[in-house]
Amino acid sequence: MSTTTHSDYRAQLETLWEHDALKIVAVIGAIYLIYAAIGLVLGYSLDGIINTLRRMTYLIAVYGMVTLALNLHWGYTGLFNIGIAGFMAIGLYTTMMLAKPVDPSGAAQYSGLGLPVPVAIVGGVVVAGLAGLVVALPALRLRADYFAITTIAFAEIVRLGVTSGALQEFTILGAELGTGGGRGLIRNYGDPMNAIFELEAFSSFVDLTNSLFGFGPTQARALAYSIVLVLVLAGFYWLIQRTSRSPFGRVLKAIREDEEAAQSLGKNTNSFKIKVFVLGCALMGLAGILWRFRRTGVTPTAFRPHVTFYIWIALIIGGAGSNTGSVLGSGLFVAVLFEGPQYLRRVIDQVVAVDDAPNTFAGAVGPLLSADPGPLVRYTFDEFLTLQFVIMGVALILLMQRRPKGLLGHREETAAAIPLGSRPSGVGTGGSDGSGGGAGSGGGSRGGGNSGGENGTDTGDDPGTGVDHDRTHDHPDSAGTNAPDHDRDTDPRTTTDATSEASETSEMSETTHTGGEQP
Amino acid sequence: MSTVDDAVTRGRNLTVEQLLLLAVGTGALLLVGDLILGVFDGTYNISRIGRYVVQGILYGLIIGLAGIGLSMTYSILNFANFAHGDTITVGAFIGWGGTYLIGGWGAASIGHLALVGPQRGIGGPQFGISVMSTPIAIFGGLLLAGVGTALLAVLIDRLAYKPMRGSDGIPLLITSIGVAFALRYLIVFVYSSQSRGTTASVPSADLLLVDGYVSIDAHDGTLIAAAVALMIGVHLLLQRTKLGKAMRAMSDNKDLALVTGIPTERVIRWTWMIGGGLAGSAGYLMVLWTGTIDWQFGWLLLLLIFAAVILGGIGSIYGAIFGGLIIGVAMHMSMIWLPGGDFTTITAFLMMILVLLIRPSGLFGGTTTA
Repeated sequence: MSTTTHSDYRAQLETLWEHDALKIVAVIGAIYLIYAAIGLVLGYSLDGIINTLRRMTYLIAVYGMVTLALNLHWGYTGLFNIGIAGFMAIGLYTTMMLAKPVDPSGAAQYSGLGLPVPVAIVGGVVVAGLAGLVVALPALRLRADYFAITTIAFAEIVRLGVTSGALQEFTILGAELGTGGGRGLIRNYGDPMNAIFELEAFSSFVDLTNSLFGFGPTQARALAYSIVLVLVLAGFYWLIQRTSRSPFGRVLKAIREDEEAAQSLGKNTNSFKIKVFVLGCALMGLAGILWRFRRTGVTPTAFRPHVTFYIWIALIIGGAGSNTGSVLGSGLFVAVLFEGPQYLRRVIDQVVAVDDAPNTFAGAVGPLLSADPGPLVRYTFDEFLTLQFVIMGVALILLMQRRPKGLLGHREETAAAIPLGSRPSGVGTGGSDGSGGGAGSGGGSRGGGNSGGENGTDTGDDPGTGVDHDRTHDHPDSAGTNAPDHDRDTDPRTTTDATSEASETSEMSETTHTGGEQP
Repeated sequence: MSTVDDAVTRGRNLTVEQLLLLAVGTGALLLVGDLILGVFDGTYNISRIGRYVVQGILYGLIIGLAGIGLSMTYSILNFANFAHGDTITVGAFIGWGGTYLIGGWGAASIGHLALVGPQRGIGGPQFGISVMSTPIAIFGGLLLAGVGTALLAVLIDRLAYKPMRGSDGIPLLITSIGVAFALRYLIVFVYSSQSRGTTASVPSADLLLVDGYVSIDAHDGTLIAAAVALMIGVHLLLQRTKLGKAMRAMSDNKDLALVTGIPTERVIRWTWMIGGGLAGSAGYLMVLWTGTIDWQFGWLLLLLIFAAVILGGIGSIYGAIFGGLIIGVAMHMSMIWLPGGDFTTITAFLMMILVLLIRPSGLFGGTTTA
């Protein structure tokens, strides 16, 4: 009896775990707890700890936004975009050029259009989207790898363009604008967040943070900004989740899996691809704006290809094709790969007194001959920031080799309107790999009927469920014929993917099942 | 679906491509016309154009040489190797370490020499390293660059790509981006991020060209000689040996090659060695030619190499060489019309994008030679 309650308990936990929001809260919360615990053990001040967490929140939110946008491109539609930094740069530069005052004064050399900040942000997003259109219109006909090269070439064109002296200052339609060249642009207009900071309620927020963490007004503002970014991230998540679950989103997945098949069903795949690429680029532009528009200025070095590389790592950690995975991936990336090594270095620096390191690698390796690893260790420690990138590179290689699907990736989905695969709480244990189709149709009396109806309302233009039942029966067959095409993804995988997909799309219906099973 | 629709779409694509081709062709004609008129009425200085062409050819030779390896791995292993640029940088550092050791022996500590002089003030210019004064050091360094990079390429293949053999191009491409980052920052870790001069100045010859001089120095000559020799060597290797035939077979159809008894793993290893060796040599020659070395020049070169390879047609080594020359010359010629040196790279990238749009198979497309 105790074992059944135990398994019930476990099943309940598993059902809970299926809630995406909970996954995100649990993982990010664990990360924060670890960071806070380390800080507390080392006796950091409270405001220092909170400030570290605030910075991480900011980074996770921004990278999460871009990763979600990339997930829309690559995870859902299969558009291999490695020009992310370029679209972010276009968004931010446009916004700054639009918002800078018309009369340059003092150190702020270049004039702008002097538009209000919200208008400038909308302008930046629109221009980033248009840039996406310019790239997409011709390039979408290309193969994935050619498309990748085109997008990264575009990003480099943007970066070199804003760096170039020729565009440092230019006149367009009688308006004087400038990218500032290599020196970049200075933000000589008010803090874009002033609309919030000047509210009456905000001063009480400042007082609250002051009494709780001992924050000054600047830190309170930064904290408020991070909170706003988290809200925007939630907005991104909602938008992309809605997009991917809509009929539009299903066509995107169809394009990703087999573009010709989607075309043969009468979908104008090119128009879908262009729309989704433009949408993703606009979102990347918005993320780029939010990333840096509160800083005192922007330089082109911020948009080196590194940014693109970070986002790809985050996406692959989380798993392409899952929005929850994108947010989780960006959280893990920031905590483990981006901030982690530096935090660790600071901690070691504080705990152990590290001697001066040798200046060169030779000075570090030379003493090894006399069996003295000390200098190498110190040199490694000194060059930790460099090694961090090596670690990131190696992490990407290992991820691609060992876990190309990431934590939550489920790019392969079986064509069925009802959830295939096992039910929670041990009902599915009978269903082995081969019976993926059987479990779906067999469970129809309980699970299929219920969730089929639920999905019927959800799936607007899908074929009727009757057709899908046919397909369900065909499934083992078709998996068998498809198997030779998939070199690595052998057929048992499809079942597990179907399971995770099913559990994601029908979490509502599944919770009701477990509820119904209790009596 | 229906053949009519198919024909219509094909026709529409065709017209789009033809319109693009027409636009590009018109643009090119206008530029050539402007160039000829400008030369006749004296707006453009002939010797200046001559200098651009010479510089462009030298640059193009490096791009072409490095592009051969990229083209070979692209066609045989079927993925775009984004780590190729950083392989070039590694090769240059390995080779120049050798050159410093030979040319500057005794002038500084071994560690300092092997790391290509990470501290200021003690480097190639002080040792007087150049092809005239220390030819053995230069030749030895070039050899070391080639061999060292070939071995490194095989090692990287073993560690990074071999476990993923058989997966399709995109996962391999993403892996190669990881390799690129790891390599680049390992270079910084070992050799430091300091950019430094490597060669002493060498005598140059000024050739009279109508209204001015075009100067070529001994390092330019070395670059041309070495690059052409290496290209001819690769040509002979691929045309006259069984290895070349096996490579062509593999790039055509891997499974069929395997069934026919071609040892595909060995061929892949050789592909990496040849491609890596050429990349390392190209990096070494690039540093010899420019006289400076830094940790990211290979990465900055990478997209230009992609441009050259795509322009020439993936899989064709002659295409890579030819594409490199076109890209190099076009980049330098762009300075006739566009201000400063800011737009040379942009020109090259735009050319690549145009080629991808008009003729994705490249100029030599379809005729795989490697």
